[in-house]
Amino acid sequence: MPRYFWVRVVIVLAVVLASVWYLYPLQRTINLGLDLQGGIHLVLGVELDKHLAGQVERAAEDFKIALDRKGIATRRVVSDGAARFVVELASPQVWTDALTVAREFTGFAPVDQDQAAGRFVMAIDERHTAQVREDAVAQAVERLRNRIDAFGVAEPTITRQGADRILIQLPGVQDVERAKALIGQTGLLEFKLVDRFLEPDVRVEELQRQLPPDREVLFRRLVDPETRAERRVPYVVVHRRALLTGAGLTAAAVSADPNAPGNWQVNITFNPAGAQRFAEITEQNVGRHLAIVLDGVVNSAPRINERIPGGQAVITGQFTIEEARNLRIVLGEGALPASVAILEERTVGPSLGADSIRQGMVAIIGSALLVFIFMLVYYRLSGLVADIALALNLLMLLAAMAAFGATLTLPGIAGIALTIGMAVDTNILIFERIREELRAGKTVRAAVDAGFARAFRAIIYTHVTVLVTAAILYNFGTGPVRGFAVTLFVGLMASLFTAVFFTRLLFDVFYMGRRRLQTISI
Amino acid sequence: MIQLFATPNYNFIGRRRWAYLASALFILVGLVSLVSKGGLRYDIDFAGGTLVQVRFEQAPRVADIRRSLAGIGLETAIIQEFGDPREFIVRLPLGDKDSTAVARQIQQALGGAGTLGAFEIRRVEFVGPQVGRDLQLQAIYAVIAAAAGMLLYIALRFDLKGGVAAIVAVAHDVLVSVGALSLTDREFSLPVLAAILTIIGYSVNDTIVAYDRLRENRARLGVRGRPFAEQINTAINQTLSRTVLTALTTFFATLLLLVFGGKVLEDFAFALVVGVVTGTYSTVYIAGALIVDWTHYVEGRVRRPKKAVAKA
Repeated sequence: MPRYFWVRVVIVLAVVLASVWYLYPLQRTINLGLDLQGGIHLVLGVELDKHLAGQVERAAEDFKIALDRKGIATRRVVSDGAARFVVELASPQVWTDALTVAREFTGFAPVDQDQAAGRFVMAIDERHTAQVREDAVAQAVERLRNRIDAFGVAEPTITRQGADRILIQLPGVQDVERAKALIGQTGLLEFKLVDRFLEPDVRVEELQRQLPPDREVLFRRLVDPETRAERRVPYVVVHRRALLTGAGLTAAAVSADPNAPGNWQVNITFNPAGAQRFAEITEQNVGRHLAIVLDGVVNSAPRINERIPGGQAVITGQFTIEEARNLRIVLGEGALPASVAILEERTVGPSLGADSIRQGMVAIIGSALLVFIFMLVYYRLSGLVADIALALNLLMLLAAMAAFGATLTLPGIAGIALTIGMAVDTNILIFERIREELRAGKTVRAAVDAGFARAFRAIIYTHVTVLVTAAILYNFGTGPVRGFAVTLFVGLMASLFTAVFFTRLLFDVFYMGRRRLQTISI
Repeated sequence: MIQLFATPNYNFIGRRRWAYLASALFILVGLVSLVSKGGLRYDIDFAGGTLVQVRFEQAPRVADIRRSLAGIGLETAIIQEFGDPREFIVRLPLGDKDSTAVARQIQQALGGAGTLGAFEIRRVEFVGPQVGRDLQLQAIYAVIAAAAGMLLYIALRFDLKGGVAAIVAVAHDVLVSVGALSLTDREFSLPVLAAILTIIGYSVNDTIVAYDRLRENRARLGVRGRPFAEQINTAINQTLSRTVLTALTTFFATLLLLVFGGKVLEDFAFALVVGVVTGTYSTVYIAGALIVDWTHYVEGRVRRPKKAVAKA
């Protein structure tokens, strides 16, 4: 009996059993990539520069308030668009006090000081910038995850990619437009006081130039009920500063719009602090109009008739039920800290995926059959050994994919077909070597031993080259290409095991049982 | 017993000039095709743009599709039949209409005309300019990393000469494959790049087996008395049956992928088929031959300075 014969038998049996265990039942154990089961793949870019500019603008306002509190008068405090804001004091006398406030202001430091002119620049510091960016992306990922959970997608993937990108994969989702609307919507809800209403034919550019810096023009969305084509028309001039934002929301619900049949509205409820603030705002501004602004577009601007204590508000607009539902999710899960842009989108329909699976299977089965027959004809009984090893190889490949939760993609299927072609390589290396030794006049046993021993080094070398390839493919690739790298890698590992370990065992079983073997079928 | 090559003893190294000529010719034809076509045709993975794959219930006329798209100002769209007379790909380059909304517009335009009949949108892809550029860069890095990885590996396991020769052989295979892609008007996409990286691995694979054999022979039999070219030739011959047999099984597998794998995988499978063939060829005819010529060149240089000294 060859050395460790039974130990090796047990190992092989254990591998086979484990493989079958992991693969049962097949439909549920192998993850199919988006290209096979259909679904949406999106790469979003978080618009960090815009976000940072907004943060600087807000900081400028806060700084002005901080100076006001100390009784320091300013001529102007404006951001200059380059992550800095310029402070001009009303008089140089307050210089020292102003600088004290400036030094205590978090995240910013005074630079370019000109005491004579009473002017300095507040620049955002590196660490603070990095933190703002980091927080924005992290929060965006979290909120998007919550939204998608609320939308109801089985096994979505939401991951960060690099500094400012987010990868979203929604397997099986077919309603692309709705999913995109849900994901792409910032969801920033603001309440702003209306200064005056505008005629739709107003010249906006001209008007904007004349407005003081704390006022802005906002537009309204008009939807054609037939085609659902959208138009934006100038609507109101409002105070730039929001009195309240959607951050204080606790709940949102969809209901039919009683004033416009066929349209839907979203009812929102504030948390106690939000409700308190809402009551104050409404109390102080009875008789005026309050614009409800969603992502910079006016939703409605109702007149405040009396103090509203309960913290309830309604967002109307010409919403379809789907839009209203999306809005409910978006408001309920919170606004994105920064707007996002879709940088890449790939959508695969289920029928294409099914076709791909079918075609891939035909290719795999066809390759396997061809290689099986080829090996059998060329190497006869030893070819059968290689075929059994190949079958085990395929079984292990699939089982490993199931065990590691790897995803099978269309190129992955191609990877399997390629693996079939290359998996027999190790057996060919060994068999050719055995034949050579036989030709050199060695006995069967010695030839087999020498064949395995001599081929071993070449086998390791060849495996390393494919390993390097697979590693590089995995590293650089995304989605389908990554799936290809995974199958290549797993197939490689399986082929190392089957060719070196399993084939040797089969040889022992087939040929070594008989003591004096004169011939070998190879 | 069937044997392709029982005890082959072909003089591959002796015919290396012909091999160089043949390779140069192949690469030249590929390059001419590339230049005359203004470079590779990048698919939207690299070029950016929008792609919509549509399947109609009844095969429409391309002119009708074009007319309905022109109706919404998408005259620049490229319309291609895709594997089936009922199936089409509509593609728009990046431009001022650069947005994911284009896909919806296309969908509306196809449905709006009314003459085209029922259809199904099977695939929509949009790649923005930034992503496309990133992917281009990554592709270049990946190819360099793969080549550098192989070079390093062979240089460490064998020697630098072998590593460089193998990399030149790999570059040869990549050039031939890229040339073949250009000649057949195929597109360069992410999966095709994956195929090229696989070719790099596969091509080195064969070469390394021959190198290993060379080293084994030298260790076992010694080098005395046999010219280097002959040693390499022997190693290539000894590993020839394995090289050809593996190439055959891999070729079968990739060929079936090309024939049955479907239109989406076609370019990828094509690159693999070409890569397997050229990878095998370069192992037998190019990689070893380069080492021989390099060795001869170095030996020549060692002798030549002496002459120079004598002259002076």
